[in-house]
Amino acid sequence: MGFFLETLIGGLMAGMLYSLVALGFVLIYKASGVFNFAQGAMVLFAALAMARFAEWIPGWLGFENQVLANILAFAVAAAVMFVVAWLIERLVLRHLVNQEGATLLMVTLGIAYLLEGIGQSLFGDNIYSIDVGMPKDPVLVLEGMFPGGLLINKEDFIAALIAAALVAALSLFFQKTATGRALRAVADDHQAAQSIGIPLARIWVIVWFVAGIAALVAGIIWGSKLGVQFSLATVALRALPVVILGGLTSVPGAIIGGLIIGVGEKLSEVYIGPLVGGGIEIWFAYMLALVFLLFRPQGLFGEKIIDRV
Amino acid sequence: MIYRENGQFKTSYAADQQIFPIRQDRYAIAALLVFAFVGVPLLADEYMFRAILIPFLILGLAALGVNILVGYCGQITLGAGAFMAVGAYAAYNFLARVDGMPLLGALLLGGATAAVAGIVFGVPSLRVRGLYLAVATLAAQFFFDWAFLRIKWFTLDSSSGSVSVSNLEMFGWTINSPVEKYLFCLGLLAVFALLAKNLVRGAIGRQWMAIRDMDVAAEVIGIRPMYAKLSAFAVSSFIVGVAGALWGFVHLGSWEPAAFSVDRSFQLLFMVIIGGMGSIMGSFFGAAFIVVLPIFLNQALPWLGNLVGVSISTVGVSHSEFIIFGALIVFFLIVEPHGIARLWSTAKEKLRLWPFPH
Amino acid sequence: MKLRKLAMAASLATIGLASALTAQAAAKEQYFPVLVYRTGAYGPNGAPWANGYIDYLKLVNAKGGMNGVKISFEECEFGYATDRGVECYERLKGKNGGGTVFQPLSTGVTFALTEKAAVDKIPLITAGYGRSESSNGAVFTWNFPLLGTYWVGADVAIQHIAKKEGGMDKLKGKKIALVYHDSPYGKEPIPLLQERAKMHGFDVQLLPVAHPGVEQKATWLQIRQSRPDYVLLWGWGVMNSTSLKEAQATGYPREKMIGIWWAGAEPDVKDVADGAKGYSALTLQHGAEPNSKVAQDILAMVHAKGQGTGPKDEVGSVLYMRGLLSSMLAVEGVKRAQERYGKGKVMSGEQVRWGLENLNLDQKKLDGMGFSGVMRPVQTSCLDHMGSSWVRVHSWDGAKWNFTSDWYQADEKVIRPMVMLASGRYAEEKKLKPRTPEECKQ
Repeated sequence: MGFFLETLIGGLMAGMLYSLVALGFVLIYKASGVFNFAQGAMVLFAALAMARFAEWIPGWLGFENQVLANILAFAVAAAVMFVVAWLIERLVLRHLVNQEGATLLMVTLGIAYLLEGIGQSLFGDNIYSIDVGMPKDPVLVLEGMFPGGLLINKEDFIAALIAAALVAALSLFFQKTATGRALRAVADDHQAAQSIGIPLARIWVIVWFVAGIAALVAGIIWGSKLGVQFSLATVALRALPVVILGGLTSVPGAIIGGLIIGVGEKLSEVYIGPLVGGGIEIWFAYMLALVFLLFRPQGLFGEKIIDRV
Repeated sequence: MIYRENGQFKTSYAADQQIFPIRQDRYAIAALLVFAFVGVPLLADEYMFRAILIPFLILGLAALGVNILVGYCGQITLGAGAFMAVGAYAAYNFLARVDGMPLLGALLLGGATAAVAGIVFGVPSLRVRGLYLAVATLAAQFFFDWAFLRIKWFTLDSSSGSVSVSNLEMFGWTINSPVEKYLFCLGLLAVFALLAKNLVRGAIGRQWMAIRDMDVAAEVIGIRPMYAKLSAFAVSSFIVGVAGALWGFVHLGSWEPAAFSVDRSFQLLFMVIIGGMGSIMGSFFGAAFIVVLPIFLNQALPWLGNLVGVSISTVGVSHSEFIIFGALIVFFLIVEPHGIARLWSTAKEKLRLWPFPH
Repeated sequence: MKLRKLAMAASLATIGLASALTAQAAAKEQYFPVLVYRTGAYGPNGAPWANGYIDYLKLVNAKGGMNGVKISFEECEFGYATDRGVECYERLKGKNGGGTVFQPLSTGVTFALTEKAAVDKIPLITAGYGRSESSNGAVFTWNFPLLGTYWVGADVAIQHIAKKEGGMDKLKGKKIALVYHDSPYGKEPIPLLQERAKMHGFDVQLLPVAHPGVEQKATWLQIRQSRPDYVLLWGWGVMNSTSLKEAQATGYPREKMIGIWWAGAEPDVKDVADGAKGYSALTLQHGAEPNSKVAQDILAMVHAKGQGTGPKDEVGSVLYMRGLLSSMLAVEGVKRAQERYGKGKVMSGEQVRWGLENLNLDQKKLDGMGFSGVMRPVQTSCLDHMGSSWVRVHSWDGAKWNFTSDWYQADEKVIRPMVMLASGRYAEEKKLKPRTPEECKQ
């Protein structure tokens, strides 16, 4: 029982991290109808910027405070992500209004290559670390109830909290601010939004920027866990089942989907894995999403697709 | 002026419906085929065959298969690499387990096995659509990656999970040298291209396109979506499977599941979209673009650097390769969102009127 | 269909470029093609290896070449992707009078090249990786898994555990988990571990980790549940540091973890620092050797002139030394061949193979080259393409690697039959006739 709970908690926390990446997908898809495969590359790019600036800034300005360095690096990295968003809108999206989904998807793959190449040329391609003071050692709780106690990974726990906070902030942003309302309007209908004077170009920059911030936060968390290096870009592949399970257009869907996938894949790996040789979690996550899709083809919280001839 | 069909009158339906209704096209194709079968083996060297032409032919074949599904039937797939793997491993097993199995038989049976797998993983397409389907096909990708790593039966209990094939032979013809391998792949590609062209011109191809353009409408006019979609999955996976078997047998010789990883799937989808969806020719354009460009960049960049007196490090070359490759993809799609094939047909239209446009 | 012409034109242009590049190299140089991966998921591990490899070639040139023959070399980046590796091989093999040896540093590429290299008559050195059965030179005539194979590694790891426990008989009933990279690389040790498990009555728990190895939570939860006595780590690249971090996060004692030599270098632990304290890994002859004479030579003769390939502080690190050693073995193969076929001449692939088959690096020679303390003598023969397998264990103290064991050697009684069986099977499958000792004498 103790072990089951541990796996469950581990799965929930892993799921929370997946949803952080998934959130980036959802935000962009919602506002611009682009399925952004470059999200993984954005995570890598943002994390590289963060790690390197945290290393460089103290040298440039001549101080040694780690916390201050991290804060400044975060601000600079966020600025960099804004520039990236602006460039993407300017140079790419603007020219591809009203194109088919497949074309847009392919363009984002091109952007992914660009970001990986540019990011590594600018910031280097070694392993870098982000040290935001995450605790690394585990804590054991409820030792009275279970033999050996219940192991909680403190780092994952904090990461999950940050992810939850980010999601809450984004939800507020969408519901309560004028920009948020404009974003939702664009998501509902591009033309209608334009006709009442919402500037599409600006909205897209904002949305890509917000997705960039989500990528930055994900990059910091994953980067502090794994070290910042090229493989961070592959994190996106783990988040894809989350996106389709939760629905491409739903922010809460990304969260719930993340939790379901996280728990599902960890439980399957731990309990079914040993029977078939292990290593099943990645395809199990996709299969799980696929099975859900068979019952709800638009994802758990996606908007219902109505076909008319 | 030269490329003009004036005076070429069609007097029968058969003449009107042939693959290349314009005489110049027929000549061009014939010339190209002669060049490919005779000229290239005389001209190209070993590196050309092994590193560029053979991979290009095989991936072109795979892209053709993917194009049938994505371009003609409108079902986006990210699992093509998995079906290549199924084809390769199935063909390997047929060749190794069945005594006296001819090479061609193994390849085709490999394709048939991939077709069955394609049908199974195509079933969700009846419910799930668009990008949801694209991601769902990744399930096939990761599942087969895992299966060929884990299930020892598929690899004849080889301890490392890597399998190899050698001594290829067909009807007493040993396919050993690069030229022979090239001709073998080229022959198969030509046959499959003809087959695919005829399929998409026929009733089944029209059904696929109807489904692609609007599946509800297609259903209303009496096209069975199940039959149309699953047949597209089957045909596509068959061709992709044969390509996978060729990739393993002819190009690599020895392979592991990583040869058919998710990157391969993305690469194939790339080829189709860059090349042009719904165009047989486009598949080859795309394959050429994706196969040749990175290798070309990799070799051209240091050389260009030398010209201007800068020596670019290996790392620099590799990163620039990424950047230029990405930029070119974005550029191409902005200039022509429908792929290189569309550029090609626009050029043809212009050529028809040249030098006296309206 | 004009596309093929397009492709043709593009590729012809490529060829033109390639030949333009070729023309630059002078004729009388021994050409070393170098397959590297400095970028991509495994770049941080591939780069120091490549730097060491090339720095040693530069050092040989700085010292006057191999009996007067200068070395020319060329890198080809393949990003650890098998098909790009094969392309690099095809591109470089025929250049400048032909490649001397290839060392792909990738098990996948090794598998793909094993047959091609035999046709092209170019030796394939896979020092510490590749296919374990290729140490049988009678069947694998062009493969040289010098210094050690994965089976050697697995065998020594078990010996080391047994020593810690106080004898092979103490292994009975123990549980050893293998956390491995899910690829031919990671799967290679499994047959040997199972063989040893049968002999000594311990359990092996197999825990695969999917490429690239960033998601291991479930793996380590399983380890926490089954509490194995030891964990063998068979990873590469980011997988290693992730394993160590997960071990820390689940509280598995790092002292009980033993890595293969590809999981025991600076990039694997640097980022974990204190979290990896106590972790030990096998070393293939050498460990981190910043104070060795050869490393000092490189600093003095290559880096001091501003010709160093990588950063200065990397010289002497574990993977750097691995590359350097691999390079040295290739150079010594050429030199040995020159002894027979003429000093001061450029050697062909076939001649280099003879040199590699008749390597005799005794202590005196090693000392002369600045390798004293770095490695022990190695001798190969036509039938034994591996040479002796000397392995030590080193441990990470939070800041650097320190040797913590004596020298081990793999138990030939265990490995030899397995090698013969596996290579025999390969020969049968490929319809190869193994070389006889008489043929070797030619």
